[in-house]
Amino acid sequence: MLEYLLSFLILTGAVFTFIGSLGLARLKDFYTRLHGPTKATTLGVGSLLIASALLFSTRGDGVSLHEVLVTLFLFITAPVSAHLLAKAALHLELPSLAPAPQEETHDRQAGNSRGPGPHKGA
Amino acid sequence: MRRLLPHPLLTPILALIWLLLNNSLSPGHILLGLLLGWFIPWFTLRFWPERVRIRRPLTLLRFIAVVLYDIVVANLSVARRILGRPAALRPAFVSVPLELKTELAISLLANTICLTPGTVSARLAPDRRCLLVHGLHVPDAGALVASIKQRYEAPLKEVFESC
Repeated sequence: MLEYLLSFLILTGAVFTFIGSLGLARLKDFYTRLHGPTKATTLGVGSLLIASALLFSTRGDGVSLHEVLVTLFLFITAPVSAHLLAKAALHLELPSLAPAPQEETHDRQAGNSRGPGPHKGA
Repeated sequence: MRRLLPHPLLTPILALIWLLLNNSLSPGHILLGLLLGWFIPWFTLRFWPERVRIRRPLTLLRFIAVVLYDIVVANLSVARRILGRPAALRPAFVSVPLELKTELAISLLANTICLTPGTVSARLAPDRRCLLVHGLHVPDAGALVASIKQRYEAPLKEVFESC
């Protein structure tokens, strides 16, 4: 019975991780691609970790709680890296399917009126 | 007291993380964890000058539950969008006006927005008045802003900034 549960969890995890990676290939611009690997994988990694915790808690000696820490660290670091990637992409003005944000154009106009901005010549 | 124990909340949290890392409850590890929990906040005081206060622990717990539920639901919808026709997606940048003031609350909100699939927080305005969010599929920008403000910002404001 436990084995069926574990295999279900591991398969679910694998499917979601795969869909997240598939997003990299199927989506069209940088910003939408960012959603696939950083997001659909949270559920994937989550179910893999639950499977791991269940397995080692029932097989090994005592309860295994390392997985709680993996989840915690993942939930702290993954959004930060996604945020920084998006910020860098905005700074480099990568082409986007979505209309460019309002403030970005204001910034650029302000920069232009003052002369060439620091990121203009780069 | 304030100088010796700058972050009273951080000490038990760090001790708990130390115990989880070692997966043990022996007295030696508890002592070592408490020592680290005292020493690390004291050592990194310059990075965390303001003291963190949690006013409504129950609201915080409910907020965490809401976020976990949203992560699961939204993961399913993002997976469906990726498998569906990418041409039907309508990505958009949405600017969310912020009511939060403290740094911790703003960074928690940005983290939450990034964790719930379908949205990435892209940039915080220099004056911290609004947060730029990129959404994978935004049929209605106003609804997205309203749901972020109501589901995430309101509880965070209550927990960290209510007076």
